[in-house]
Amino acid sequence: MIFLFFLLSAVMVVSALFVVFSKNPVNNVIYLIVCFIAMAGHYILLNAQFLAVVHLIVYTGAIMVLFLFVIMLLNLNKAIIPQKSKTTRIMAVITGGLFFLVLLAATRQTFEILPRYPFTSTIGLVKEIGKTLFNDFLLPFEMSSVLFISAMVGAVMFGKKDDAV
Amino acid sequence: MDWTILIYKTIFLFIILLVTLLVAMYSTYGERKVAAFMQDRRGPNRAGPFGLLQPLADGVKMFMKEEIIPLSANRVLFILGPSIAMTTALLTGVVIPWGGIITIGGREFSLQIADLNIGILYVFAMVSIGVYGIMIGGWASNNKYALYGAIRAASQMISYELAMGMSIVALVITTGSLSLHEIVAQQHGMNWNIFYQPLGFLIFLTCAFAETNRAPFDLPECETELVGGYHTEYSSMKLGFYLFAEYINMFISSAVIATLYFGGYNMPFIDQLGLPQNVVTLLGTMFFFLKIFGMIFLFMWIRWTLPRFRYDQLMNLGWKGLIPLAIFNILATGIYYYFTELS
Repeated sequence: MIFLFFLLSAVMVVSALFVVFSKNPVNNVIYLIVCFIAMAGHYILLNAQFLAVVHLIVYTGAIMVLFLFVIMLLNLNKAIIPQKSKTTRIMAVITGGLFFLVLLAATRQTFEILPRYPFTSTIGLVKEIGKTLFNDFLLPFEMSSVLFISAMVGAVMFGKKDDAV
Repeated sequence: MDWTILIYKTIFLFIILLVTLLVAMYSTYGERKVAAFMQDRRGPNRAGPFGLLQPLADGVKMFMKEEIIPLSANRVLFILGPSIAMTTALLTGVVIPWGGIITIGGREFSLQIADLNIGILYVFAMVSIGVYGIMIGGWASNNKYALYGAIRAASQMISYELAMGMSIVALVITTGSLSLHEIVAQQHGMNWNIFYQPLGFLIFLTCAFAETNRAPFDLPECETELVGGYHTEYSSMKLGFYLFAEYINMFISSAVIATLYFGGYNMPFIDQLGLPQNVVTLLGTMFFFLKIFGMIFLFMWIRWTLPRFRYDQLMNLGWKGLIPLAIFNILATGIYYYFTELS
């Protein structure tokens, strides 16, 4: 188990680094897909099979396909991405690092993170998730579904041609 | 770790792999024979008796052809495409219950490799990853026909995945389980899900045709418009992988349909015969394969009967026909079970 954990973590970190450093947009998307698949592996190690599979279906199977779709259709390549000058880049790295330090210092001892629900090995199974969602989190669940519906309606409206409205 | 189980699972895994490849191989032969029968021809009959060695000859031919990678193609992705298509096609067979339980020397062996409690969703995840094989291959070829084919395939598969998922939701309401083992066990005898979910079955079947890129939904490789579709630039065994993956997908989706809606390895009147358990299991597996072959024949029958859809017709059918129908099916199933479970 521990070996699998480190293997998956290594795959995830390396592919995530490639997402950032690779120059070709299609390669970036493919590395992100690899990263997501490794993440699904982590869910399985936590005995959260449902989460793992939903993660695969939704993120890997649907959202990343759309990403790839857009990149292929626009045929993005290196020339289009704006190149900043060297000084701007160095300044950006320094300010970003300082900001990270400040955030770390601010949050390090302000509050202690306690799990509200203790971890049990069955927490990721379908039955438990269903019970938790529909008992403890019914309102947020319904609210997010309303949000999704409105997003869908909005997307359909955008997709319609002007004369058809 | 129990070593017997580990060794048994490994051997069984290889058997399933071989059977899948064998069935896919002879599906190509079957398809040509069915096509010939429909068109009043003889079909392949030169290699071996009744042309039975034809798939082997085709395989050898595929291997002997020249391997071409176009100069302007992205080499890595060009090879990755067919590999993903083949791998995801083969991975799905793991969760399908191929039979009941066999007892050897007092130990029970289940004829299913992995009984995941989210079996259906696993199949679904593999299908949705399978899109990448076509998309990446089509894009990496650096050919406009291939790209068109890839984009068509991807949008078609995403559109039909929605309706497929919703038809499964209605099925899950009926069975109350996501595990394929559980679903098959509930359909003991003639208690098949098709009698409870006829509409869901029709939606699932239509979507299965679209997901496997089979006629009448084979627009990604529509010869009249796109030369060869997403595999225009492919040659030799890489083309073979794409074509073969399609037949494996057809076999696996037939198996999934037989599992979900036709009772899997269950046979009617099996309890009345009073046979020993091992015989029952073997008979069940044979009957399961009979159902699968029936479904494969349906796939071929439809391919050689119906003409290809136009692209806008395909999208209209998916978004305006099947998805509302699937939502209606979920609502109807939900309302039915709400009232019958309460009273």
